[in-house]
Order: sequence, then structure tokens, then C-alpha cells
Amino acid sequence: MNGAHDMGGAHGFGPVVQEENEPIFHGEWEKLALALNLAGPGTWNIDMSRFARENTPPSNYLSRSYYEMWAEGLETLIVEHDLVTVDELEAARRGETFEPVAEPRLTSDRVESAMRRGGSTRVDEAVAPLFEAGQRVRARVDAPATHTRCPQYVRGRVGVIDRDHGVFVYPDTNALGEGPKPQHVYAVRFEAEELWGPRSQGGAVYVDLWDDYLEAV
Amino acid sequence: MAHDHDHEHAESSELTDIELRVRALESLLTQKGYVDAAALDALVQYHEEKIGPRNGAQVIAKAWTDPTYKEWLLSEPTAAIASVGFEGRQGEDMVVLENTDEVHNMVVCTLCSCYPWPVLGLPPVWYKSAPYRSRAVSEPRSVLSEFGTELDDSIEVRVWDSTAELRYLVLPLRPEGTDDWTEEQLAEIVTRNSMIGTEVVVAP
Repeated sequence: MNGAHDMGGAHGFGPVVQEENEPIFHGEWEKLALALNLAGPGTWNIDMSRFARENTPPSNYLSRSYYEMWAEGLETLIVEHDLVTVDELEAARRGETFEPVAEPRLTSDRVESAMRRGGSTRVDEAVAPLFEAGQRVRARVDAPATHTRCPQYVRGRVGVIDRDHGVFVYPDTNALGEGPKPQHVYAVRFEAEELWGPRSQGGAVYVDLWDDYLEAV
Repeated sequence: MAHDHDHEHAESSELTDIELRVRALESLLTQKGYVDAAALDALVQYHEEKIGPRNGAQVIAKAWTDPTYKEWLLSEPTAAIASVGFEGRQGEDMVVLENTDEVHNMVVCTLCSCYPWPVLGLPPVWYKSAPYRSRAVSEPRSVLSEFGTELDDSIEVRVWDSTAELRYLVLPLRPEGTDDWTEEQLAEIVTRNSMIGTEVVVAP
């Protein structure tokens, strides 16, 4: 979707400001927002959670902190996946209590091994690549209203395949529950001038793009 | 007034709107049995204690002192990093970018905040912020200046936008005058920002 999350090249946000002696978390609620997302029941995938966070009016997206978005995204997901109702979310905020209906997926004794294992979206499947290193490609012009990982600033622009990263789950279908549609992901090199014209500061931008985002030039 | 809160008053019993919402989520999900309360504590502890930029610094220092390891790190980064003990969530498929006298690499995620957790920990606020995400790709040299990093015009700046599930770690240039330093001494001077690519490593 062409949402506020797709920020590459936008103007007006001002300078990058570093926080001195920044703590890992700013308050207990940030710890909880992270941990609840990681401990969750796992009935959704990473692309569904990204879509839940970005699919909000730009004014909301831009006024929330990272962990606020994570918390709000989790509320969206647990309702969408029928784990809880909106009424129950509101009742919980009033302090009401609930009966157990499920067993936790992740118990404390398994946290470290689960984090160390992670969850690669690389797919061990022999899918033929559509492009090869050195080839010129154009990022397709498209504007899906649903989740995609092809940023707007490269759409329609020509670059060169730098390297083939291998076969991965395709986010656009995965986010919609329409399957992994495994395909190759490439680092595509775009010259800065191709993206930003005469005002570019030189050099190049490398963007990881899936087969379906690209066409031969 | 939910948004009229003051972050300085941590001892206040008034919960902000977001604190209330997150606590409600916690009660709801733990009581219903979807989430194990003890797992929440273990998760926070893991992210506070087991991951962070000191991990990445160890990897970089090893690559600076051991040419065979460096070659492995560049060709099979995920395995080479795991051999030092760092692996897993948000580092499942790593790529290491080597800075040279001709090329400076810098990493961003314009679409969200993808970051190599096992080696760098959780991302700092600036990395997740709109100014960095919007400008790193379009005006990298201006962004570098804001970090105090001025690169010669002859150096090519390459910005890597983490739009897929690859996670990028920059292998910075080893500073001059550190030839007789030990791996441990070198690890001390490798900063988080140098491994994101917004700074270079300088010897004190």
C-alpha cells in the first residue's frame, strides 16, 4: 500500500536526532509491547503483522512511536484472527478478567531456543530465477492497496541486479494469507541519479526486490 | 486527558493511554492463555542481555584480526556469525558489507525498521525515525554529516534498503595505528553506528 510507512525520499521530517545514552526501552510498557508481540499465539506471519502496523491513516502512523505501533498492530491482529473481540479489548481496559481458552505457544523455558532459532523466510525449493547478476531490470509500476515491499521510490526505475539472495516467501501474497509464492530475491543497484535526478548526492541505493516486482529492460 | 501526560512523572499512579492499552493487552492475552506471563519476562531479559552491539563488535574485531574468518564472514555471513554465538530472530539471513577506501556502506529500512538484532540488538529510536528512513536513501551524505561523518567525494556511498528478509551488517574500515591491538582492544572501539554505516571507526 502507498502508506505513510513508505518513507524513502520524503521531505519535511527534519534532521536525524540521536538520543544520548539511549536506554534499550523507554519504560516498562515498551518492554511489554515487544514481548507480547514475540510471545504471541503465532497464527499470523511477519507480513501480516507488518501490514497490520502500516495499514492505518497516515496521520496515525506518523504520530505514533515504534512500540505504540507494535501494540496497536497486535490489537488489530488478535481481533482479525478471532482470538479476542473488540468488546473484550475494551473490557480488559476496564480491568475485567477472563477465563483461559488456550495454551501458550511459547513458554518461558523455550524462549532462548526460540529466539536463537528465529524464523527464516528463506524457502528450500528449487525455483528458477527470472534474472541474473549484471542484468538490467526495471521495478514494475504498480500500486497495490495491500502489503508490498517494493518501495514507491524505485517503481518504474531501472537498476542492475547486484546479486541473487536465493528463494524467499513473497510478502504480497503471504500478507493476505494467499500462500508463500516462493521466488528469488535480488539486491538491485539503482544509481542515485536514476532515483533522484540532478539533485542526487551520488552513489547508489541497493534495494532487495522479488522476481514479481521486476521486469527485464 | 489521555494525551496530556508527562513522561517525567514515572512515579505517578496515573497511567498514560498507551500504558493502559498495553497492560490491558497483557491481562487479556495471559488470562485467556494465549501468552505465558513468565515468557514475557524471559523475552525482555533475552533482548536486554543476550543481544546488542557488543556482539557485532566482537564479530568485526575478529574479522579485522583473522583474514580466514573475514573471508568466511563475507562469503557465508550467517554461519560465520553463528560460529561466534550470535544467531536467530532478525538475523536469520545475514549479509556483511565491507567498507573499503573506495566504498562506504550504510544501512536503512525505509519501509519499517528491519535491523540485525542478534549482532546489534534492538534498533535505536533514530534508526526507526522518519528523518532517517526518508533521507538515508535520497541524501545520504547530508545524513552522514549529521552523524559527524564527512567522507571524501571520491568515496562511493552505497545505501542498502532492507526491504526483504536479509539483514545487513557493515564491516567498517579498521582504523590506522591499530596494527598491534588485540582483538579485545579492537572490539572496544567498534561502535553500533559504525556497523550501521552512519559513522566510521576512529582510534582514540
